[in-house]
Parts: sequence; structure tokens; C-alpha cells
Amino acid sequence: MSARPPGRVAYVNARLLDPASGLDARGALLTEGETIVEVGPGQLAGGLPADVEIIDCRGACLAPGLVDMRVQLREPGEEHKESLQSAGEAAVAGGVTSMVCLPNTHPVIDDVATVEFVARRARKIGLAKVYPYAAATKGLAGQELAEIGLLAEAGALAFTDGLKAIKNAQVMRRALSYAATFGLMIVQHPEEPSLADGGAMNEGEMASRLGLPGIPPAAEAIMLERDMRLVEITGGRYHAAHLSTAEGIDVVRRARERGLPVTADTAPPYFALNEFAVGDYRTFAKLSPPLRSEEDRQAVVAALKEGVIDAIASDHAPQDQDSKRLPFALAECGGVGLESLLAVTLELAHNGHLSLLQAIERLTWAPARLLGLPAGQLKAGAAADLVLFDPDRPWIIDPENFRSKSKNSPFDGRPVQGRVLRTVVDGRAVFVGDA
Amino acid sequence: MTSPSFTFPHRHLLGIEGLAPHEISGLLDLSDVYVEKNRSADRKSVALRGMTVINLFFENSTRTRTSFELAGKRLGADVINMQVAASSVAKGETLIDTAMTLNAMHIDVLVVRHADSGAVKLLSEKVNCAVINGGDGSHEHPTQALLDALTIRRRKGHLDGLTVAICGDVLHSRVARSNIYLLNTMGARVRLVAPRTLLPAQAERMGVEVFHDMVAGLRDVDIVMMLRLQNERMRGNVIPSIREYFHFFGLDYAKLRVAKPDALIMHPGPMNRGVEIDSDVADDVERSLIREQVEMGVAVRMACLELLTQNLSRGNS
Repeated sequence: MSARPPGRVAYVNARLLDPASGLDARGALLTEGETIVEVGPGQLAGGLPADVEIIDCRGACLAPGLVDMRVQLREPGEEHKESLQSAGEAAVAGGVTSMVCLPNTHPVIDDVATVEFVARRARKIGLAKVYPYAAATKGLAGQELAEIGLLAEAGALAFTDGLKAIKNAQVMRRALSYAATFGLMIVQHPEEPSLADGGAMNEGEMASRLGLPGIPPAAEAIMLERDMRLVEITGGRYHAAHLSTAEGIDVVRRARERGLPVTADTAPPYFALNEFAVGDYRTFAKLSPPLRSEEDRQAVVAALKEGVIDAIASDHAPQDQDSKRLPFALAECGGVGLESLLAVTLELAHNGHLSLLQAIERLTWAPARLLGLPAGQLKAGAAADLVLFDPDRPWIIDPENFRSKSKNSPFDGRPVQGRVLRTVVDGRAVFVGDA
Repeated sequence: MTSPSFTFPHRHLLGIEGLAPHEISGLLDLSDVYVEKNRSADRKSVALRGMTVINLFFENSTRTRTSFELAGKRLGADVINMQVAASSVAKGETLIDTAMTLNAMHIDVLVVRHADSGAVKLLSEKVNCAVINGGDGSHEHPTQALLDALTIRRRKGHLDGLTVAICGDVLHSRVARSNIYLLNTMGARVRLVAPRTLLPAQAERMGVEVFHDMVAGLRDVDIVMMLRLQNERMRGNVIPSIREYFHFFGLDYAKLRVAKPDALIMHPGPMNRGVEIDSDVADDVERSLIREQVEMGVAVRMACLELLTQNLSRGNS
């Protein structure tokens, strides 16, 4: 971890992966200071300049640093679960160089001061870059609009009520409409609350056997259907977070076919796990939305391939022991994901559902593009935010080795392939894994 | 008690799901022995002498707790009842803390009832003693299913081939789930009869036939098992009124007529008379097994206690 200001660094013998340009070739990349200055197949055009630090990538993949568009960082307010520091360490260990955090902190990110606090703290820590979402409604209460314009000026990327759906149709209509005034996006947790209320897992045979109240898959589709009508009448920019059901995906697909400005993401649990992960009341598999059926999981994989789901986010949700070591219905939802995001996503490539370049696109260029972030590309002039990884190296997910303060991974014990070797933010190596 | 050749190969009794037919039969065989012993003058035995059984009840219960208490005492154990007020367990740390505390006291058996599905399993992971599930949320109530099976077996001579209708609030019922697993495992045919709002999702995948009409559902059945309408577990309005419920789903002689002439009636108690069952039917000495079920309960719990503590004394570690 070099503290000195970066000079010139050449990454040679790399497999360059740049989804934005479609580049997947052996080559080299040169950074100077905080910026990429040259990138391309073959050796660097003018040979290696003098006084340059050379990193021999030995054929490993060099890609834009991951852009994780949905994380909960717990600071301010719940630093015993996670802090900007610990999340920053977890992020760079997972190859994430930019992350966008939900406003469900204490206090809620619904005023300019809190947006600035998070941005300033993260800058000072200097690990992954942190961009906040701000609350769409004051206090996430779903009633009054937050100061969307001022918050955007202060740096809020988009607006969301986080884990809560904006359930009042009139409020949602106004949020979409008002945000559209400034060209801003609303991110929805698509779940009809009255159908999800009291539910602990996916509704179906498994929940029935375990005697747990279920959340029907239709809860997702119903909220999306309503929202699509509101998008239609407002022209607002809408993003559906963590799609988990075939029915919900279908709603988004049809909306896109009609040309509505709608995008979507999902998270690794929804394409890599299904409701059976709950097993014998495993609370680490209690997520929101809940893990769904195998048919739904396959639909999520297909939607990622098809492009109906644009991006993959970690949905990082740190919870401490006291929040998880409870009877299932009482336990908190969520799983940590920053440090397993890349490896679990690479399963899609290893299993032949996506090409390696497509998998990386879902983690980098796609979220950067839909958020309008200057990230996710290997391009001369772009910030030198990079991840170097070995796509094949096997390891077993063991949350005890995570940098995150919380260990609640639904992937505990899962064998995966794909290890981060080095993470670079603004030209500086902020994480170096074991060779 | 002369030790039977049968040993129960589980440390805890957390549910019926997953038990093999011979394990259920073994439990019932030993229960039969205790039924006779309980009817004799010499009811006491020493199988659990020196052992401690704690009834840890996070939900109100009179009959199950008393039944376990009596079972433990008849086997010579020291039995302690702990009724934990529901309000003080709103936070689940208390559950684990309580388990750890009791565990430190070197007890032998913990009988646990809890309002949350899976809570007993969670607790069993934190203790060294044997744990018996005395009912967890809407999940399982294994000793109830065993005592129901014992009652049926003693009356009908067998379980396989019988048709059993389980009627009423299946959605919230742990008794229903344990009975579905047990009866399926033992080769009986299970029907569920209930309005759609009182059935769990995809109930038909649990190996049952689903009916929404009492007359269709009760036709030619051997056993009618009524369930208590569990108002306390309902979220919102699941049925329009008691009056309407009784009209369509309450058991009375008119509906019972389509069952086999020798069909027997069961109810896990406590009954809501005039809600799910007509008093005349409930008190029919010819047809109703409700009081017999209570008697079988003590014997079944004695068998469970004995078989689980045998494993303890064998020093399974």
C-alpha cells in the first residue's frame, strides 16, 4: 500500500478487459499519476519509458475497477456493523473501486450535510470511492420529497428510499416527475409492502414446510407494474434494484420494449442461490428481497444474459451477530457481498452464461453508464481505477477472512474461482493480494 | 422399565420431518408400554432418576407443559417449569442467553416451546443437553403428532392405509405439519380441508390432497382431525367471521355423516367449541378421542424422555 504519490506505472503482460470498447486482448496499460495515459494490445507503443514502475501481470486480467451500485455502509450510525473504513478495505479487497451507498444510515442521508460528511470521510480514507444515494423522501418516511435538487448538487447520484419501497403512488409519481426536472434517477426497492409485510422468506413449499410466513413473488411484479405506469405518465428515469423474480423481470422487459427509461440490477445471491439456501433456518440466507425459487434464479441468469438486467451490485448489507443469531422471522435481512462480488459473478462466465467480458461489463461499465459515473472504462484520460485478477484461481469463501466488520455472508463455505490480485484507485495500489 | 432393544438415533427431537418409519414405530411401541403402566397402580419408574428436565415455555401452555411435567416426574426426574413471559423475549438474544444459562447448570433435557418457527432448533445448537420441541411457531409439534398417532394406532390397530382429514387452520398449525409428516411417513393418506386463506402456499406439495369443502373432504375418511383456529397468529383478517367459519368448516354431525361410520374425531386442544367443532360432536363418547389423546400424551412424552436420555447416558459426544 504505497502512500507516496503515484508516478508512472506500466502494467505489462495483462489480459486487458474493457467492456466499453469491447477490448479483450493481451496488452499493456500505462498510468501516470491518477490517470490512465495509454492502453492497448501489444506492448506499449513507444516502448517502456524510463523511471516507470513495471508490474508484470503474468497474463492475469486487468479490468476497470468494479463499480458497485448498491451497498450499505452503516456509517454514520451503526459503525459496530461496518464503517466507511472497514467497508473501504472490504471493497478494495474485492476489486471494487467505486461504490454507491444507500441512504439508510442514522441519520438518514437526506440532507446536504450528511451527503458531504460521507463524501469527505470517504475521500480522507482514500480507499474505494464512495458516492451516496440520497433519500427520495425525507427520513425515508415515504411522505415528503427530500431536497432532490440541492442534494444532487452536493453530490448525491440518484434517489431512493433504500430498503423500503416508495409505496404511496402519488409520492412516487411526484418523485419521478420532480427528479426528471433535473434529469435525475429514482431507484426503487420493488416490493409491494402490504404483500411483504411480516414475510420472512419466499412464499412456497419451503416456507410452508418451515412454518414461516412467505413473501409472494408477485409482490415484486405488482410494484413494478404500478411503477411502470408512473414512469409512463412522468417520463421519469427509473431503476429497479435487485430484481429477484421471473415475473418482475418480465415487467421490466416489457417496459423496455415500450421504450420506457427503465434499468435494473440484481445481486449475486439472486443468480447464484435459491430459497433452499435457507435450509434449516439459516438466517445468513435471509435477504430482502428473499431468495426465490430455482425457476426465478434461472430467470435472473437469463435476464443478465439478455441485458434486461443491466448491472450486478453486491447489495452489501452488514449485520452483526446480534441481528442474525435470532429465530428466523426476527433476524435482520441482508448479507455482506463486497468481497465475494467478483468471484460469484465470475461463476456466470465459468458456467458459460456470459463471456468474461460480459460479466465484467455488468460490474463496471454498465453501472457506471447508467449512473453517469466517470468510471468503469480502460481509456486514456480516465481515472486509473483498476482491478487485476486471476479469473481461475480457486478459493473457498470464508467470511472470517473478510475485511468487513460483519461476517454475514450467504456464500459462507462456497468454493469459487477468481481472485483479486491488485486493486488500484487513482493510480495508487490500495490492495495487493498474495501472489 | 426394561430397556427396549430399540434405540433412538437422534440427540434431539426437533420435528417429525426426517424421522424414519421404524423410529416412529419404536417411539410408539415404548409409549404403549407406558400407557399400560400409567393405568396400573405402580406408575413410577426410575429411568430418569437423578436427571433434570426443564420445561422452558416461551408461550403459554397448560396441557403440554403439565403433560411433560407429569411424564418427567413419573420417570423419576427432577422437573422444573420455566414460563418466560412473552414480552421479555421480544429480543431474541434472550433466547440464546437463556439457553447458555441453562446449559451451564448441567441439565439433561430441555423441553422448549416458542412462538417462532425454528427457535427450538436455534436453541438446540447452543446446548449440550437433549432438546425436545414442545412446539415452535407454525413449524412442528412432534410429541403432539406422536400422541395422535398412538391414539389412532391403539384404536385402529395400524396407521398405514387409513385416510385422515386434517381440517381447519392448517396455515398456522404446527400440529398439522407434524401430523402430515408422520402420517405420510407411516403410509396413511392425508387430506387437508380448509378455506384457501388458511392453507399454506403449495400445500399440495406436502404429500396431501387438498379440499375446500368439508363434505367432499370428509367423505369416507377414517379419522377427522380438527385444528384450533389460531386467532393469535393471524395477521389481518383471514376469515370474515366465526359464524361463517363454523357454517362452512365447523365439524357437526351433518358434515360428519359422509365419513366412514366408524370414523373417529380428534382435536389437539384447547378446543374453541362452536368455532371449529360442535360441542355435541366433541363430547361424543363413541366417536371423540379427545380425552384419550390427553392420556396418550403423557405416555408418549415418557417414551421420548426415556429414549433421548438413554443416548445421553451412553455418553454420545
